[in-house]
Amino acid sequence: MMNHIAIFPVILPLLTGILLLLLPDRLPALKRSISLISVLLQIITAGLLLNTVSNGEILAYALGNWSPPFGIVLVADQLAVGMLTITALVAICALFYASRGADSSGAHFHTLFQLQLFGLNGAFLTGDLFNLFVFFEILLLASYSLLLHGGGRLKTKAGLHFVVINLVGSTLFLFAVGTLYGLLGTLNMADLAVKVAAAPADDAVLIHIAGLLLFAVFALKAALVPLYLWLPAAYAHTTAPVAALFAIMTKVGAYSILRVYTLIFGAQAGTAANLIETWLLPMAMLTLIVGVLGVLASTRLRQQVAYLVIVSIGTLLTAIGINSAAGITAALYYLPHSTFAAAAFFLLSDSITQRRDVMDDQFEPGPIIQQQRLLGILFFITAILVAGLPPLSGFIGKFLILNAALPHSAFFWIIGVILITSLFTLIALARGGSMLFYRAQAPHSCNIAPDAEPRSALSLTIELTPVAGLLLFCIGLVIFAGAVTEYTAATANQLLQPEAYIESVLRTEIIKP
Amino acid sequence: MELLISLIIGVLTASGVYLSLRGRTFPVVLGLTFLSYAVNLFLLVMGRLTIGNPPIIADGITQYADPLPQALVLTAIVISFGMTAFVIVLALKAFSEMGNDQVDGKHKS
Repeated sequence: MMNHIAIFPVILPLLTGILLLLLPDRLPALKRSISLISVLLQIITAGLLLNTVSNGEILAYALGNWSPPFGIVLVADQLAVGMLTITALVAICALFYASRGADSSGAHFHTLFQLQLFGLNGAFLTGDLFNLFVFFEILLLASYSLLLHGGGRLKTKAGLHFVVINLVGSTLFLFAVGTLYGLLGTLNMADLAVKVAAAPADDAVLIHIAGLLLFAVFALKAALVPLYLWLPAAYAHTTAPVAALFAIMTKVGAYSILRVYTLIFGAQAGTAANLIETWLLPMAMLTLIVGVLGVLASTRLRQQVAYLVIVSIGTLLTAIGINSAAGITAALYYLPHSTFAAAAFFLLSDSITQRRDVMDDQFEPGPIIQQQRLLGILFFITAILVAGLPPLSGFIGKFLILNAALPHSAFFWIIGVILITSLFTLIALARGGSMLFYRAQAPHSCNIAPDAEPRSALSLTIELTPVAGLLLFCIGLVIFAGAVTEYTAATANQLLQPEAYIESVLRTEIIKP
Repeated sequence: MELLISLIIGVLTASGVYLSLRGRTFPVVLGLTFLSYAVNLFLLVMGRLTIGNPPIIADGITQYADPLPQALVLTAIVISFGMTAFVIVLALKAFSEMGNDQVDGKHKS
């Protein structure tokens, strides 16, 4: 049983998705419960895996009992399991929020949600480059449908752009995969790492091209400048729980960059060593700057949160671009923080928007909203988190990144860009928050009735539990900062010494009949 | 033969890129289709062009055909087929909701 645990995060959502497809839509409560139970089981599985890999062990699972490198292999190392845990935690909050009613605005929400988790978990676990492509397609196809879920003109327009650009990205991915296979004759990532390191100098140019094509694809998924233009519209127009789940989607790009460019094109990769070192850091810092300009220029709350996702991916990839153990440690601490914070912000902005009636989420003085004090406090906490002020996890994350940047030759630029963008984020959030809460007018003076009947305490609790949960995860990151950084430091070491990964994949024992 | 195949891939890719940069949804869908044809052909020839060689290990044979690219290309075909169907439906939905077939939803004046 314990031998097979590595495959549970992949088949559990798949089977749940199929089961939910068979149930009729007139049983929403049953569907919600099954979906929630499935995600709870995924959290438990992720916890068990976390317990198994925290001592540095790497679980390799040969699918179909084909011995690597010939078959597809699932690999649960510390990075993959960490990502699984974050995904499951964000998913449970998003799903809980969706179960209030957003899931019934169209058919098959829960099936699509589970299939999205299937794609995400698979992408984190797989140890095969072509299989990574397949899981990318699964998660993208589910995300297209989730993005359009509920329908509407703006969603369709944003969705069309999102789909077309991702299809072009998939084509590039296949070109890169094909080139690598044609040159090296393998697609298993561990085997690719060995083969790339031993590749003859004649093939170096083609391997570089394939590696940089892959980088373009991952940069597109991560929404790096100049490939970020699909993100703001898509994230701002979709429903809140979907946007909250999408907070993890850009991280798939970051994960792939981290995985592929430490394992296959890392320091030990011979002619292709440190392939993207010269590209990643400047592009990440540029993303940070462009993202902050977007945050400042946003005229709507949800648009602003979407640009904050770009800022967070810029910060994350800047930390990865420092290309040291300390940098990756800091990045892996910042990753869960930024995911939880962005998801909480998307859910919270939906709560605020619903109470503002016709004003929607525009930054214009509107009516005084119901539960203004409670929502104001939550907005304040989230804003502190996102801007990176003490004492919350954003501060620790940014501090770790700045600390890791000190030995780097361009530390002046890195620190300057991160600090200045943090300041502007803070200004934009303060402006937005005061517009939403302080400059609101009493309803009689502007003729807009906010929400006819007051909400009951119970429905309010249910509404705000997911937001509070996500904020508590961030507070947990502060309280257990020691344990978390220990884990991320161990993960960074595991990534920068890929020998253990390669060893455990290529030596995977198949089960004798 | 190699030259012919590479020319076909090149021409397909070039037309695909050109068409997918057009402003209306139908050429964009056609462009994406051409791109996926090009990449499918590209994947197939990555196992090298050989004729009459067996893909399964047997005694006394030194030249083999690579069976893996066919499996890869089959997966890629299935995925690109499904995606194309999805994008066509989405383009139709966009046409009916926005009243025109411009990718950005705006009429050119």
